[in-house]
Amino acid sequence: MTRLAGILTVLLLAALAALVTAVALGSVQLTPAQTLSVLTGDGDPLHRTLILELRLPRALAAFATGGLLAVAGALMQVLLRNPLADPYVLGLSGGAAVGALASMLLGTGTVLVSGSAFAGAMVSTFIVFGLAHGTGSWTPTRLLLTGVVVAAGWGALISFLLAVSPTEELPGMLYWLMGDLSHARRIGPAWAILIGVVLAAMPLGRSLNVLARGPMQAAALGVAVRPLEWTVYIVAALVTATAVTLAGSVGFVGLIVPHMLRLVLGNDQRIILPASALAGGILLTLADTLARTLIAPQQLPVGVITAMLGVPVFLYLLHRSR
Amino acid sequence: MAADHHSTPPLLQLDDLVVDIPGRPDGAALRLAVRPGQCWGVLGPNGAGKSTLLHTLAGLRPARRGGLRLDGHPMEDLPRHRIARHLGMVFQDQQDGFPATVLETALIGRHPYLRPWEMESAADYAAAQSALERTGLSGLEDRPIATLSGGERQRLAIATALTQDPRVFLLDEPTNHLDLHHQVEVLDIVRRLVTHGRGALLTMHDVNLTARYCDHLLLMYPNGDACWGPTRDMLVPRALERLYGQPLAVGQVDGMPVFLPRGTEREDAAPVQSRQNDPSTPARHKDAPAP
Repeated sequence: MTRLAGILTVLLLAALAALVTAVALGSVQLTPAQTLSVLTGDGDPLHRTLILELRLPRALAAFATGGLLAVAGALMQVLLRNPLADPYVLGLSGGAAVGALASMLLGTGTVLVSGSAFAGAMVSTFIVFGLAHGTGSWTPTRLLLTGVVVAAGWGALISFLLAVSPTEELPGMLYWLMGDLSHARRIGPAWAILIGVVLAAMPLGRSLNVLARGPMQAAALGVAVRPLEWTVYIVAALVTATAVTLAGSVGFVGLIVPHMLRLVLGNDQRIILPASALAGGILLTLADTLARTLIAPQQLPVGVITAMLGVPVFLYLLHRSR
Repeated sequence: MAADHHSTPPLLQLDDLVVDIPGRPDGAALRLAVRPGQCWGVLGPNGAGKSTLLHTLAGLRPARRGGLRLDGHPMEDLPRHRIARHLGMVFQDQQDGFPATVLETALIGRHPYLRPWEMESAADYAAAQSALERTGLSGLEDRPIATLSGGERQRLAIATALTQDPRVFLLDEPTNHLDLHHQVEVLDIVRRLVTHGRGALLTMHDVNLTARYCDHLLLMYPNGDACWGPTRDMLVPRALERLYGQPLAVGQVDGMPVFLPRGTEREDAAPVQSRQNDPSTPARHKDAPAP
């Protein structure tokens, strides 16, 4: 328990530092003193607008997205007993993208884009897990393969939607596909889901540890395997859908963060899940700060940064896993 | 403890249990009881359904017919964590998806005893340590399991079951991957558990080791037949020959019969012939149903 408290304290402090950095850096540089004075309630009105209405909401959105994706990745990896599992790899993000692009093409409002992205992620989840479940055996290989194939199918649909879309719609769509936080709004639900899931996952943590040893061993140790697997799976889908809805398809956070944490902290889900939420948030907050400032005043989609970090990590993992 | 064991309900009772092996007709209905102090050996050729039987007994797969009682309670009435406190299962193969240390692996045996929010206490760690000690793994606590030898892995699986501390141990080929010395060590551990009032049921391939360590035998024939009873009644050469479809030579060591496979060619051809001219039927336990 003390170890958990220690780890979480360190990560919480790092999270605060990341948020302050994100708020202070940008096209208009602020000193730490100026930032602090705004956050404590006074300071320059221009700085107030900049921080409270632009940078802080965006930083909080980045943090929630990163945390959600990392938690989703950690959950799926336990479910599949495979460190390569990730919402992106399993095609959930693709489903969300198809939903979002279709509603952009139809010219519906932001709310409907979010709604259909969410629906797309859920549909994708049920297709992948439902098909892979098929004959009653839910083997990790079958799931991963189904996920990869379904992701390829979504990819084709995405190309189709891009091909038939009017030119003026394309930049928005592409940004959404690459993952972009500049339009992230309504961060309340995302934060609520992130905090709720982490708290709810804590009592399940030890059962998840046992599940990571294989379903038979888990059942022999008294875990109700099927209900637990379905719970994890639905929660992972919900969490992914929330993240994708908020920020588009940001890849690889769910892959990198839990893996790095397991290397350092071991594989106790009671530590890994809250630590993933914090570390994922930190990673995406910093990545988004980089995306805003690297070629300022122009902005990069944050998905580009995470992919640049994630692809080498994924390949390295694949190379190392025999 | 063993003297009055017939007055208490058996640790594990099979009520006309028919194991469900997909695509095969019903096998024998098993009606037997594992009582405190008993060690049952399950013998049979590959594919006879020994592992499936063990998984069924552990409640991991449904039986085709019949039922199971633990301490007199029907298994289906018990919640999973209660079953896990009563029955411990050691699988033939251990799969490891994620890196873990030896101590962490043994410690998961405490799972059925802990509430969802509860962290492992010092007592739980002590139980895991003691299990590692009893299986000769102390000193390896922090080793990643991926670096263990086959034998160390097998002993770790048994250590996890010891940490689980069930009343009945179900062991699927516990001597797999082990050298002679470690085979005997593992069986000695099982023997000690049994003399302390636990029950055990293990599938084995080595007839002679099984005969030495198990006081009861269940023979599972490839055609679904089965017979069971005290070891001394079951060690009938013809029954064992029919079991494996393999002629056997019988000797004596320390006053116990020892069975060795005979080659089926050359000078052994004659005994094979005579065996086939005289088909023997397995000895049946008196309350086993007729085939």
